[in-house]
Amino acid sequence: MKYIDEYRNHEVVKAVSQAIHKISEKYISVMEICGGQTHTILKYNFEEYLPKNITLIHGPGCPVCVTPVSIIDKAISLASRNDVVLVTFGDMLRVPGSVGDLLSAKANGKDVRMVYSPLDAVKIAGDNPEKKVVFFAVGFETTAPSNARSVIEAKKLNLNNYYLLCANMLVPPAIEALMNNKNVKIRGLLAAGHVCTVMGLKEYEIIAEKYHIPIIATGFEPLDIITGIYEAVGQIEEDRYEVVNKYSRAVSREGNLHAQKLIELVFDKTDKEWRGIGVIPQSGLKLKDEFYEFDAEKNFILDGIEVREPKDCIAGEILQGMKKPADCISFGKICNPEHPLGAPMVSPEGACAAYFRYRQVQQ
Amino acid sequence: MTNKVQNNINGKLNCPVPYSDYKKILLAHGSGGTLTHELITKLFVSQFDNPKLNVLHDSAVLNINGSKLAFTTDSYVVNPVFFPGGNIGSLAVNGTVNDLAMCGAKPLYISAGFIIEEGFSVEDLNLITQTMRKAADLAGVEIVTGDTKVVEHGKGDGIFINTAGIGIIREGIEILPKNCKPGDVILINGKIAEHGIAIMSKRQGFEFETEIVSDCAALNELVEEILNATQNIHMMRDPTRGGVATVLNEVASSSGCGIFIGENSIPISEQVKGACEILGFDPLYVANEGKLIVFVSPNDAEKVLNIMKNHPLGKDSAMLGIVTADNPGKVIIKTSIGTTRIVDMLSGEQLPRIC
Repeated sequence: MKYIDEYRNHEVVKAVSQAIHKISEKYISVMEICGGQTHTILKYNFEEYLPKNITLIHGPGCPVCVTPVSIIDKAISLASRNDVVLVTFGDMLRVPGSVGDLLSAKANGKDVRMVYSPLDAVKIAGDNPEKKVVFFAVGFETTAPSNARSVIEAKKLNLNNYYLLCANMLVPPAIEALMNNKNVKIRGLLAAGHVCTVMGLKEYEIIAEKYHIPIIATGFEPLDIITGIYEAVGQIEEDRYEVVNKYSRAVSREGNLHAQKLIELVFDKTDKEWRGIGVIPQSGLKLKDEFYEFDAEKNFILDGIEVREPKDCIAGEILQGMKKPADCISFGKICNPEHPLGAPMVSPEGACAAYFRYRQVQQ
Repeated sequence: MTNKVQNNINGKLNCPVPYSDYKKILLAHGSGGTLTHELITKLFVSQFDNPKLNVLHDSAVLNINGSKLAFTTDSYVVNPVFFPGGNIGSLAVNGTVNDLAMCGAKPLYISAGFIIEEGFSVEDLNLITQTMRKAADLAGVEIVTGDTKVVEHGKGDGIFINTAGIGIIREGIEILPKNCKPGDVILINGKIAEHGIAIMSKRQGFEFETEIVSDCAALNELVEEILNATQNIHMMRDPTRGGVATVLNEVASSSGCGIFIGENSIPISEQVKGACEILGFDPLYVANEGKLIVFVSPNDAEKVLNIMKNHPLGKDSAMLGIVTADNPGKVIIKTSIGTTRIVDMLSGEQLPRIC
């Protein structure tokens, strides 16, 4: 397949791997931010291609993993209402809240639907005027523009039955929180290529300068990732810390200005809780006051939900790269894809699920 | 009769292990992955327990008055009922024909049970039965008995069809996972994942423009040609729900052998690959309805591959991999970048990714 197979070419990937072996001396950890990258790394078993002195640490960029239990509980609570159609992305259905998940709500006869685009949720609202349609908006800067667009579209159509349950997160504040954590020892960062496609590179230039860390905008195919690692290792070996774009077929320094404008038009930045990590200042999005009528949290009573995190789950430490899935006593035992304790075991982009599926590092 | 008394009569405990950790059935229990297997082994097999069932083949193989018969049943609940390349009727006939053929049987007779929702279009029903007749004629089987039930509006999804079938197995043919041996070559009769993606492309919320059509077809004629050419077919299975990866895992686990496949040798069309990339699906787990995976001893592999390639349903046939003595019970893939990893059984349905 054009533009895919080229980036999965055995010979080319091997050549970059040999180049890494040639330049790499220091014992270092490099973090790939995005769960999609973690998935590729495990799916293609990258360890075979890297020298032993390089450790890849898996970052918090899995939207399903970092969505806090409290808001999942709100989604489940909304789904349980007979006047509500709860709509979300497929991945989100399996993530456990305090009690149950959205798939179980669906099994119990509740109207839970999955879509590929939030605009399909707007269409559902238009087709079902007697129902209140709530779109559970998760994800990072990547999904924020289409989530914003759905609200604008609903407003244009004069819909009074479309709501957003907003759990959109922002990546750079989370990176800063990680860099400020003394237990996290990362020497280089592979930034998520699709987030950079939307937001550009300027935010990362500030972080690279502030924390003296190389940040490489990296794609998701094997060749993208190994090239990103090569660039990071090269900079670390030479004590440089620059932002370099290794995903130039999609990313520009300015990013997608139209998408950024959509986000600014509809959302304000706000403090957000990240699952397993805690509240990070200005790390998420909420609907602006002028879109009050579309805000699920402001139009439904969602109090009185008792939030419970599963015990014996170290998702927080996994998401910050402080521990690997195999370090968890529950991994592969009481926690597996059929019976996940925490979100990283649920999503294909979650580190625990990727380790379980592709490595089977079970006790 | 209480359970306790019943247990004493049976001479064993009814359910020695909890048969499910779930209080309710989830869609994932029907996905063909690990939850389906858990349900089948812990609940159905442990209750119905008998040597013919416990083989867990596509059909039961029965010896009746000196004849070897294959007997199978399957229910069809596909949504949408009409899809590119077929409809629920062609699936219902071909699926059961294929389940019989995978045991090496010549399919003979089929039953058809219809569960129809009140309000379903008679014109659509007519179209479906026409398709069934055509599919049966093509496969050389007769639909000889049937049943009709109508349920209230809202109690069904338009139409469900159950078909059962019987076929006769020739002397000397034994197709079983345990017959697989290290060195056996694994062949497939064409491009994978077409049925699953064709269906997905028409589901509400996921409509995308594509020319991908379901591969739905009866495989019995192709199977007969293969079985006429060699006595060294050790195992066959059609990778329907759960896809190629699930079949390979099932065979690895029941044969105690390892399986090694190459990512670059998996036949797949550009459109299907593209759709899978967009949705975040691994095509190895996507359903097929006109594919079969053949395990053949190495000496006859080339001959069988040629027969498959010369058949209309096998022009894109390819060698998927080999059976190994290493890694017993596991499926290993050589990735396109030259590394190796495990191909696991999927735990639930593949869900489209977020970004």
